[in-house]
Amino acid sequence: MASSTAEIRRKGRRAQPAAIRLAHWINIPLLVIMAGSGLQILAAYPALGPRGALYRWYPFQNDAPPSWLRIGGWLAGARHWHFAIAWFLILNGVLYLIYMAASGEWRRRIFIPRRDTSNALAMFGYYLRVRKTPPPEDFYNGLQRLAYTSAIAFGVVVVLSGLAIYKPVQLYWITAAFGGYDFARVVHLSCLVLLAMFTATHLVLVALHPRTIAAMLTGGQRG
Amino acid sequence: MGRWNERVDRLLFSPRRLAAEVPASELTPDAAFPSYFISDTMPFPPADWTLKVGGLVARPSVFSLEQLKRMPQTGMRIRHHCVEGWSAVAEWRGVQLREIARLVGASQDAQYVEFRSFDSDYFSSWDIESSLHPQTILAYGMNGRALYPDHGAPLRLYSPVKLGYKSVKYLTEVNFLPQRTGGYWEDQGYDWYAGV
Repeated sequence: MASSTAEIRRKGRRAQPAAIRLAHWINIPLLVIMAGSGLQILAAYPALGPRGALYRWYPFQNDAPPSWLRIGGWLAGARHWHFAIAWFLILNGVLYLIYMAASGEWRRRIFIPRRDTSNALAMFGYYLRVRKTPPPEDFYNGLQRLAYTSAIAFGVVVVLSGLAIYKPVQLYWITAAFGGYDFARVVHLSCLVLLAMFTATHLVLVALHPRTIAAMLTGGQRG
Repeated sequence: MGRWNERVDRLLFSPRRLAAEVPASELTPDAAFPSYFISDTMPFPPADWTLKVGGLVARPSVFSLEQLKRMPQTGMRIRHHCVEGWSAVAEWRGVQLREIARLVGASQDAQYVEFRSFDSDYFSSWDIESSLHPQTILAYGMNGRALYPDHGAPLRLYSPVKLGYKSVKYLTEVNFLPQRTGGYWEDQGYDWYAGV
């Protein structure tokens, strides 16, 4: 596995190639608009479960998200934003995934359980202070790979569950795959929460390692 | 932005795709199925209520409820999707709008259908493809009984292929038109196509 990383290094690739930097920064306004307009839409019916059979396990039934987190002003406005911007988010995501696959970048970024699990656990132990030294890392450590790969997975699921609740009749097979309309809505909202948690953690960690921000802006050093 | 969204919405619509029947166990209790009207008080039909069907049709017609009930009946138990995000399940009975279109001889030039009501000035208009969908009906029955006054008695439009606000209650008129008119919510900014 070290050889594949070395192979990438031999090509003199930057830590953050231009395509990845572009996709990363374009994603930020898109995700902000999607999250804000999504919460405005949620505010119209801030409950989970079908009418007459709300899910009992959800503790925040009828609690609307705070208005300062919402974008679009009202339901109709938020829907226009949400459905228009969604396609740009999908386009950005698809181009990113195509680049990852075609360039081989996925090898040093995607979490491969056989390769990365023990490293991720060791890194987790280091964060918990049960290990004195961090495990060796090539480009990313196992925990980073797990976090970034999870974020990609959340992105894929948020898009699919979004399509499921956008067109539950025309795209019924997607809706059925999520267990029906109301459960797809739960998955859609859960992905938002998970992406928000990822983003919060991501912001703290890059603030602690400012060099990573520079690399995401300029590309960083050639390997 | 709205125009682009509508183009995608239209593209995703298949005139032959049927909404799935939902098992009876998932029926929403009557009291939990939301309903609303825009008038100050519940609109009740006049004693001489009829449905007028006109516009670009060979035979402009007036139908009584009894005449509509004698036409071939379509029933379905399906999930309702509201623009607000909630869903609910009911069983609906009525006559397919395509049957009405056939009876009155709707013209090929009628690309839109307008629905008017006696709930103040509530109305909506639809594209012809969705209007002629086999599950788009003029409903007079709900959950095995006559349509309730709060759900649009005596006759309402109902279809699983549009969001709830497109299904006009308290119907008075159906007009086959060459151009689209707006709608009560649509004129305030809600999507006109509103496919599901």
